[in-house]
Amino acid sequence: MKNLLAAASIVALMAGCASTPKEEPKAAVEDRTPSTAVPSQPGVTTVTPTAPRADQVPNVLKDPNNILSKRSLYYDYDKYDVKDEYKPLLQAHARYLSQNRNAKMLIQGNCDERGSREYNIALGQKRADGVKKMLLLMGAQESQIESVSLGEEKPRCTDATEPCYSQNRRSDMLYGGEF
Amino acid sequence: MRYFLASIGLLLALLCANAQAQLSIEITGGGANQIPIGVLRFVGEEALSQRISDIVEADLQRSGRFRMLFAGNVEPLPTEVAQVNFGDWKNRNADALVIGSVARLADGRFEARFRLLDVPKQTQIGGVAFTLSAQQVRTTAHRIADFIYEKLTGDRGVFSTRIAYVVKQGTRFELQIADADGVGAQTALASREPIMSPAWSPDGTRLAYVSFENKKPVVYVHSLVSGQRQVVANFKGSNSAPAWSADGRQLAVVLSKDGGSQIYLIGADGSNPRRLTNTGSIDTEPFFAPDGQSIYFTSDRGGSPQIYRMDIGGGEVVRVSFDGSYNVSPRVSKDGKTLIYIARDGGRFQLKSLDLASKQGQVLTDGQHDESPSFAPNGRMILYATQVGNRGSLAAVSSDGAVKQRLSVQAADVREPAWGPFINN
Repeated sequence: MKNLLAAASIVALMAGCASTPKEEPKAAVEDRTPSTAVPSQPGVTTVTPTAPRADQVPNVLKDPNNILSKRSLYYDYDKYDVKDEYKPLLQAHARYLSQNRNAKMLIQGNCDERGSREYNIALGQKRADGVKKMLLLMGAQESQIESVSLGEEKPRCTDATEPCYSQNRRSDMLYGGEF
Repeated sequence: MRYFLASIGLLLALLCANAQAQLSIEITGGGANQIPIGVLRFVGEEALSQRISDIVEADLQRSGRFRMLFAGNVEPLPTEVAQVNFGDWKNRNADALVIGSVARLADGRFEARFRLLDVPKQTQIGGVAFTLSAQQVRTTAHRIADFIYEKLTGDRGVFSTRIAYVVKQGTRFELQIADADGVGAQTALASREPIMSPAWSPDGTRLAYVSFENKKPVVYVHSLVSGQRQVVANFKGSNSAPAWSADGRQLAVVLSKDGGSQIYLIGADGSNPRRLTNTGSIDTEPFFAPDGQSIYFTSDRGGSPQIYRMDIGGGEVVRVSFDGSYNVSPRVSKDGKTLIYIARDGGRFQLKSLDLASKQGQVLTDGQHDESPSFAPNGRMILYATQVGNRGSLAAVSSDGAVKQRLSVQAADVREPAWGPFINN
């Protein structure tokens, strides 16, 4: 106990030194039990995505000689405007959607890997929204189309080169059964 | 230097001993004004699965705020202040010394007690006795390191906190949680589709994140206590960028359900989404200011992505970043004084800090693709994602840029780090 008091008083004298504490310990050693406030993990949650059902996709959308089999639009860096060259492609898909009111489309916007992952989600969304907007103007209905973003999370090509980046700056149009 | 290498070697050995792939840590650079300290072996600590003194040393070393002195070859090891040869430690320029002991208790548990000593004054600064089970060696050692760190630096230690991050291995994505030193990684979620943007609830019991298991981004909240998770935002379009409010009751999220990426406030259970921004531009990456009344975010409303601040109650929106044409991913320190963000300079993406009062800026990192910064809860370190070769890796830098660490996992891509909060106990 004498030691304890001595220690406490010397500590009090030391208060103010840069590398010493200001607070006084009330005992030479305090008793504690390491808490288990943070419980250990209860285990792994594993998710298995549902598989697409390609058999439900009409053949006209899969025929390589039909423009409807073309599903991708590409963009310049940091850009989301639909290039003029894709107008005929979008017109063909808008016509198909307006003639097949039960058909559903998912548009996925993608980005190259540069920059913030979350900002790229927003940029990919801009790309997908731009495609959707044109399809609606060309006769598709709001209820048929959902535009979403995959950001930079699902790259088609993984090299850090411009040819690769340009493949990843892309919107893909998927029909029901393909997603 | 020999001691430094020895301690790193030991750390690696410790890490390799664990069967699971662990983050290994390599430290480069060193801060100025490091406190010279010796951590002596604890008498009797051989009875434990790991030496407490080794873990304490590695923690203090990693913070960059201590200069570890060689503490081997001391015979006999002191356990009381009166047994310490202070003259010897004074000659070695030690400012502080740690001594301790471990004893087995009758019930099979252990008692670990340590004392932190002021060498120039030859006195005890403080001491604690812990009762621990055989499984609590690392927890106890981190608590001891936290105590020492706080007493000597005046800042609260973060050695007992945890980090979350995403590991991509082939086509498998895992959301993992590890101790702040990268050890003890556990998988909370495994998926064949990407996982991103993990964010810790303020009490450290839940993680919000974005998962692509439904072919589009959906926001979940995952309880680390029960393992249960809940969809918080799965609206038409994309759902992303979760950020917790200080009370843990609400999340700021980015939804595109009404056209474009816009910021909403939503209950942590998915209730009552309320739109906060109303522009035709991109508004994303919300982050609550510590006052809880304002949100920092990224917007391209001015033509290029820049950082802004808005009041949650509506009203004023202020632009915060000005230099450069791409400033994203804002995070604010707990004291509200420092903003960190990612800036593009030429083709490089680097971590920058901005003193919000003086507007003084500093580039903190020198990578090519640095992203996703996250403050340690004491504001002293920043964890972020970088690339080494063509692979994602985690790194940390002190908030003054002086100390740098690299954390890596063998044969895996690691990204999206988030440093968890203090655990109150």
